[in-house]
Amino acid sequence: MKILVSVISILLGFVAGALLMLSSGANPLTGFSYLFQGGLKSVTRICNTIAYAVPLMLTGLSVTFAFKTGLFNIGAPGQMLIGGLLANVLALTAGLPRPLLLPLVIAASIVGGMVWAAVPGFLKARFNVNEVVSCIMMNWVAYWVVYIVISDHFKSTTIDTESQVIPAAASLKTEAITLLTKGSNLNLGIFIAIIATALVIFILNRTVLGYEMKAVGFNRFAAEYGGINVQKNAVLAMVISGALSGLAGLTFYCGYLSNMRIGVMPSQGFDGIAVALLANCAPVGVVFAAIFFAILQTGKGFMNAMMPIPPEIADTIIATVIYFAATSKLIEMNLDRIKKFFGRKRPSKSEGSGEHVEHH
Amino acid sequence: MAEYVVEMRDIVKDFPGLRANDHITLQLKKGEVHALLGENGAGKSTLMSILFGLYRADEGQILVKGKEVQITNPNVANELGIGMVHQHFKLVHNFTVTENIVLGLEPRRGVTMDLKSAAARIAELSRQYGLEVDPNAKIEEISVGMQQRVEILKMLYRDAEVLIFDEPTAVLTPMEIRELIAIMKNLISEGKSIILITHKLKEIKEVADRCTIIRRGRHIATVDVAATSEQEMAEMMVGHEISFVIDKEEKTPGDPVLQIEDLSVKNSHGSLGLRDFSLTVRGGAIVGIAGVDGNGQSELVEAITGLRRAEKGKILLNGEEITHETIARRIRRGVSHIPEDRQKRGLVLDYTVEENMVLEVYGQRPFSKHGLLNKRAIHDYAARIADDYDVRAGEGVLSRAGSLSGGNQQKAIIGREIEKQPVLLIAVQPTRGLDVGSIEYIHKRIVEQRNLGRAVLLVSLELDEVLQLSDRIVAINAGQVIGEVLAKDTDENEVGLMMAGVGKDGGGVER
Repeated sequence: MKILVSVISILLGFVAGALLMLSSGANPLTGFSYLFQGGLKSVTRICNTIAYAVPLMLTGLSVTFAFKTGLFNIGAPGQMLIGGLLANVLALTAGLPRPLLLPLVIAASIVGGMVWAAVPGFLKARFNVNEVVSCIMMNWVAYWVVYIVISDHFKSTTIDTESQVIPAAASLKTEAITLLTKGSNLNLGIFIAIIATALVIFILNRTVLGYEMKAVGFNRFAAEYGGINVQKNAVLAMVISGALSGLAGLTFYCGYLSNMRIGVMPSQGFDGIAVALLANCAPVGVVFAAIFFAILQTGKGFMNAMMPIPPEIADTIIATVIYFAATSKLIEMNLDRIKKFFGRKRPSKSEGSGEHVEHH
Repeated sequence: MAEYVVEMRDIVKDFPGLRANDHITLQLKKGEVHALLGENGAGKSTLMSILFGLYRADEGQILVKGKEVQITNPNVANELGIGMVHQHFKLVHNFTVTENIVLGLEPRRGVTMDLKSAAARIAELSRQYGLEVDPNAKIEEISVGMQQRVEILKMLYRDAEVLIFDEPTAVLTPMEIRELIAIMKNLISEGKSIILITHKLKEIKEVADRCTIIRRGRHIATVDVAATSEQEMAEMMVGHEISFVIDKEEKTPGDPVLQIEDLSVKNSHGSLGLRDFSLTVRGGAIVGIAGVDGNGQSELVEAITGLRRAEKGKILLNGEEITHETIARRIRRGVSHIPEDRQKRGLVLDYTVEENMVLEVYGQRPFSKHGLLNKRAIHDYAARIADDYDVRAGEGVLSRAGSLSGGNQQKAIIGREIEKQPVLLIAVQPTRGLDVGSIEYIHKRIVEQRNLGRAVLLVSLELDEVLQLSDRIVAINAGQVIGEVLAKDTDENEVGLMMAGVGKDGGGVER
C-alpha cells in the first residue's frame, strides 16, 4: 500500500513531465528515453548517478530519523556544510597517513553535523523553540561560517570562491573504484551510506533508544506516561539526525567533490526532505528514492543536449513527484474510494458502525 | 403567546448500540431558569445538542414559541434565538472581546470593519446585564470567568432569547460562581430564559425554578425546585439500578502504602485544582474517589504519577517521599496507573499490542539488555498478558493497538498495569465506555488486586462503581476532601450529596 502510493506519485510526476514536453513540441517518449540514458547509459554514468545519490541517501536518512521522533530536521544543509568543513579542514591540515587520516576525517564530519543539530534539539527540548525556525537559522550561520573560514584560511590559489583541493589521502575516492568504474565519481561513500542505512534500521527497530524515540514521535503523551524522557529524546534524535547529515557533507565534499565552494547552500540538504517523503520514511525506501532523484538529476543534462527540451522539465517532474508524495493521503483516499466502489457490488455493511477506531 | 418558549416533545436519539435519549420531554417557560439534571452519560448533552442543531433527533418534535421547527444546524438555532454557552469556550485568544463577539457577522462599512459601533453596542449590553466586560481587552488577558461572560455576550449580541449553559460552573472559582448566579438572575429579569445543564444540586437550589431530571436517557421527572429537597433530587438522579454483587472478602487494611499530605496542585488553567489535599491508601484496601468531573481528580492522579508538578505538600509511597521523583522512578517503585484517557496516555496507537505491553518496562530485563530489545521476551510476555486478560485482536499481539476496539484496548492496559505487580494501583475510570461484560471482568480484577494486599486508588465518575468496589470512599469537591465514609456504612444518596458539595454532617461547605 505504502509502496503503491510512492509508485503512483512517481507515475503522476512523469505524466506531468510528459504533458510539459508535449506542450514544448517534443515527443515525451524520446524525451524520457534520453533522460534515463543520461543517468544509466554506461557503467560510468550509472556509477556517477549512484555517487550523486549517496549524499541524498544520507540526508534522506537524516530527515527520516528525525521524522520518526516527531521532529522536522530542515537543518540538513547546515549540518552538511559544517560536517564537510571540519572534514576538509582536517584533511588540509593534519598531514597524517591515509589509514589514520581517513577515519579522523569521517569522525570530524560526524561531530560537525552532531554539534550543528544539537543546538536546535536543545532549544526545542529546553525552551520549546520550533526546530524548523532554529534549523533554518543554523543553516545560514553555517553558510557564513564556511564563507569566512574558507576565504580567510583555505582559499584556493586559482579560484577565489573555492577551497584548496584536499589531498588524495583524505578523500573517499580510491584508485581501485575509480579505475573499476572507468573514471566515475563513485567512492567509498556508498559503503558509508549502506552502513548508515543498516545502522538506522537497527537503531529504530532493535534498540531501547529506537523504541523510546518512536514512542515519543507517535504519541508524546503516552511516552511521557511510560516514563520516557521526552526532552532527552528530542535532543538525541536531532544529534543522530545531524550525524547523518554531517556524513552527507563528508561524502559530498570529500568524495563526490574534493573541495568546498563558498556561498552555496547544498541542495542535497533540502532534497533529503523530498527523498524522505517519497520513501514514506522507510530507510530502505530512502536508498531507492535517492537513486531515483539522482537519475533525474544526472540525466537532465543529457536530455537537454540531445533534444530541445529545457532541463527544468526534470526539475518539474521531481517537484510533481514530491507534491504527490507529500499529499499521499489524497492518493490513499482515492485508492480507498476505488476499493469502496468495487466493494459496493457486494451487500455493503452499514457505514459508521459507531466504533471509532483509527485506521491509517 | 404560547406557554413555553421552547418545548422538546418525546425526543428519541439512538447511537449505535445505545439509546441516548428515550422519549425525553423538556418544556421551558419564558423567564425561568430550568435545570437539566443527570449523571455523566445520562443524555443531557445529547438532548441539548439536538436543540442546538448539532444532532438530529430520530423521533419527537421541537417547538419554539408554539411553532414546530426543524433545527438542522447551529445557525438555525441562532436565528430562532437559541444560544449556547459551551463548557469549553470557543474563543480566539489573541483577539479582543469585540473581535470575538462579532466573529461571523462582522459589521462592515464599505470594505472596512466597523468595530467601533460594535464595541459600543457590546459595552451597552454589558452594562444592561451587569457583566462588566471591557470590549477592548484581549481574551488571553482576561480571567476564565470573564471569558465565560464573553461567551454570554456573544449570545446576547445575536439577540438570543433562550440561553443554554453547559456545566457553566465547572471551570469557575467560588467567587465567580456567585457572580455568575447573579448574572443569570439579571438575564431572567430582562426577559431571557435559561436552560442550565448541571449535576450540582446546590446551584440548582440556588438559581433554578424548575428541574428536569434524566437518568440513562430517560425522563424521570420535572419538579418544582422550591418544593423539592436536594436529597430527593439526588435520589432521582442516581436512581436504583440493578448492580452486580462483587465477591469481596472481609479484609483488614494493612500498612499505609500511599500517603498524601496537604497536597496542592495547579490545573491547566493555572489556578489550584487541588488544595491542601490529604489522603491515605493502605495495602489491601480500595479507596474510591467520588466526585463530579473536574473537581481535582485529574490533578490528584497526575501529581501521584508524576505527570504534573506538586505546588505544595508531600506524596509518600511506602513511607518514602516521591513528590519530586521522575515518572520512570515512580514506575519502578511500583506505581501502576490505568489512565483516564486510554488513547492519549495509555497507548501508543501506532505501536503493536506487544510494543505497548512493555511501555513502562522496556528498559528492564528480560525485555532489553545493554540497550538492545529482546523481541522474543517482549512477544512472549505480551502474548501471555493478552491471553490472561482476553485481549482480542485480528493479528494477536502483532496488531496495531489503534485497530483494537475500546474494550480490548482497556483490557490490554489493565493487564499491563496489573502484571507489573504494583504496590499501588491507580485506576481512573477503568470501565469508561465499556459493555456490561467487560465491566464485570475488570471489576473482578481490581478487587483481586486488593485481596492480594495491594493498595488501590479508584477514581471514577460512576457512583455505582465507586460504591461497589471501594472499602472507603472519599468525596472530592472543588479540589478538596469534602467527606470520607466507609463504603459499607453509606449509600448512593449520602455520597451523591457529598459529590454535589454537601458535607457529611448535612451542612454546606464554604466554597
